[in-house]
Amino acid sequence: MSDVAIVGVGCVGFLPITPELSYKELMYETAVKAYEDAGINPRKDVDVFVTCAEDYLEGFSIFDEFVPDQLGAALRHLFTVSGDGMLGLATAYMLIKTGHFDTVVVEAHSKASDILTYMDIVQFGLDPIFNRPLGGHPYYVAGMEMNRYMHDTGTTPEQCAQVVVKNRKNAISNPYAAYGANVTTDQVLCSDACFFPLKKLEISKPADGCVVMVLASENITRKLTDNPVWVKGVGWCTETPNLETRDWSRAVYTEIAAEMAYKSAKISNPWKEIDFAEIHDLFAYKELQHMEALKFCNYGQAGKLVEDGITALDGEFPINPSGGLLGMGYGLEASGMQKLLEVVLQLRGEAGSRQIPEAEVGLAQTWRGIPTATGAVAILSNSE
Amino acid sequence: MFGKKRVAIVGAGVTLFRRNIKETGKELSYEAVKMALNTAGMELKDMQSVVMGSAPDAFDGVHMKGEYLADGAGAHCKPYTRVFVGGGTGVFTPLAGWWHVASGQFDTCLVVCEEKMSSCYPHPQFAFTTIFDPILERPVGMNLIWIFALEMNRYMHKHNLKKEDIALVSVKNKRNALDNPIAQLAAEITVEDVLKSEIMAWPVQRLDVSPTSDGAAALILASEDVAKEVTDNPVWIDGVGWCIDSTQWTNRDLYYPDYVEYAARMAYKMAGIRNPPKEIDVAEPYDPFDYKELHHIEGLLLCKKGEAPKLTREGVTQRDGDLPTCPSGGLLGCGNPIAAAGLMKVSEIFWQLRGEAGKRQVPCDPRTGVAQAWGDLMQYGSVIVLRR
Repeated sequence: MSDVAIVGVGCVGFLPITPELSYKELMYETAVKAYEDAGINPRKDVDVFVTCAEDYLEGFSIFDEFVPDQLGAALRHLFTVSGDGMLGLATAYMLIKTGHFDTVVVEAHSKASDILTYMDIVQFGLDPIFNRPLGGHPYYVAGMEMNRYMHDTGTTPEQCAQVVVKNRKNAISNPYAAYGANVTTDQVLCSDACFFPLKKLEISKPADGCVVMVLASENITRKLTDNPVWVKGVGWCTETPNLETRDWSRAVYTEIAAEMAYKSAKISNPWKEIDFAEIHDLFAYKELQHMEALKFCNYGQAGKLVEDGITALDGEFPINPSGGLLGMGYGLEASGMQKLLEVVLQLRGEAGSRQIPEAEVGLAQTWRGIPTATGAVAILSNSE
Repeated sequence: MFGKKRVAIVGAGVTLFRRNIKETGKELSYEAVKMALNTAGMELKDMQSVVMGSAPDAFDGVHMKGEYLADGAGAHCKPYTRVFVGGGTGVFTPLAGWWHVASGQFDTCLVVCEEKMSSCYPHPQFAFTTIFDPILERPVGMNLIWIFALEMNRYMHKHNLKKEDIALVSVKNKRNALDNPIAQLAAEITVEDVLKSEIMAWPVQRLDVSPTSDGAAALILASEDVAKEVTDNPVWIDGVGWCIDSTQWTNRDLYYPDYVEYAARMAYKMAGIRNPPKEIDVAEPYDPFDYKELHHIEGLLLCKKGEAPKLTREGVTQRDGDLPTCPSGGLLGCGNPIAAAGLMKVSEIFWQLRGEAGKRQVPCDPRTGVAQAWGDLMQYGSVIVLRR
């Protein structure tokens, strides 16, 4: 079985609005960057194209139809994964592992600024019989989960707020980030409690952008680049769509996905063997909950690590050096790709002023947002 | 095939195809999964991964429909992915299952396809008004029947075909469906009946078209080792292929589906098939419209361009012919719950190759079969080659 590496990346955005680009132009510009980066011709050198999108977010009944041309994939082997970009990466990884395909392109994007009724769409993700008739803004689910998480673990509102302070600060030095800022814990705590106890500043704001990655088998990787980033392991899991039966304080989907990824990557002590991580922080408390699910610390201990500055950019174990979704903006189905992008840039030593010295192994984790309990984990490394 | 893993199908289940089934999409998925597991003699805990196929969210009015269906499809706490390529989804989903196992990542994969079109009220055709380009096409107010009428017309014109030639497909498939317990519109009809049926958009008439349906189907895929443990009779996935053409369907000649040919070539190459008409014993080309079966027989390289109507006229594509096509009754006879209909075709080939198709069994003792689906804006081809 061939190893699999990421040999090219491209990103446009992330920006609060992109009126100058249609979704097709956004995808085209990003794809061109990624193909240039990998040194490939999409019309000749790519075996499979994977795009990750959900119909309702695109405003089409079959979005797959509108993908091939701008990626250079007309009359070629393309398909859609209705899911997060990291599920696309997992798919590309498996395709290359079959031995039948050498080069696979993965694309995911967000044109959130085109969506006039985002919250209504999220509402349509709720069970139409049991949950949707309850009405209200669907982020109440996050407020309830945060409450349960803080109750069970003793995590404090201050600790959650410090995630926001850290991530938005990191985003200042990330050119791909839309919402870099210096905010204080007090500012976060004093912002509106939109979905008590979840505060306004603890919620990532949507952003537009696109990420394209080129993955290749071992043989092709050696021909294309001296600076590959190897995919050491991937894992993904859906816990349950039911709000009523899921675990509200643990991210079980991430626990199972991480177990799968650690097994492939032969990691037994994540805290020691991984240098940094990009974690899904659509809501500030989710970063803490996901850290625990990833076994970076014991259940209920993540808040303390943030408080002590251990997860800061210059800390012992940097988390979300990119600024996370709180700082970069929430790229909808591209959020997993935002995470992967930062890990790739760090492992290549291309992260500019936010570069983590001597980073060798990085972890990216994603979640599909409200109301799902679906997530994925990938472990990347710059050494074989 | 050195160093590459073989993947087998070891179980299949298909629910009834009907208009307005009472069960929810989750329940339909559950039923299909349960049947597939029972026939394979396996349990849900043996399934290491799950792949879902389902067509537009707009049918159900549920955003992220894959997530919503997860528990019904048996994906609780499992690696679970939904793939979506429009009408091609039903045959594409087992391809996704194939790479879950062929990659060595999993030993088993549960493939589930579900469609519940009846919840789109008053008619699922409304969900299709948003498959078109919002600037260039939607303002025209077109629907699927119109664009397929264009394609059918072009196909008839190019090969100088009469409607009688095409209606024979509808007659054959609806008759085949009489032997299929899941079928929604099985019937003994004549060419005359088709030609007299209501005109929807010329040349498409009522009996040229498959109905809208609810239904689900499931397959169990297993690695070589597991397959040999659970069955003496595995059916192997030896070729997979898929291809998408440009979004700009108005810019291409609609008389021939290049994208189906490219997908078929990909699958045949993988399966080592050089002469498809000789090596394929039974086929399930996608037949949401009667002319599409002909179109797809040609796209699958089972005959020369324009010759499929002749094969049909000569009875070659009947169950007892040299190249039986749609022995299941196809979409015209069984119904068209989009993704589930595609997976039903793959299930039919599975049963035909195992000799388990009962009254529908083709008499030629088939060893190799192909199933195909088609989707998007006359744009997508997905193909699977099975061998026993």
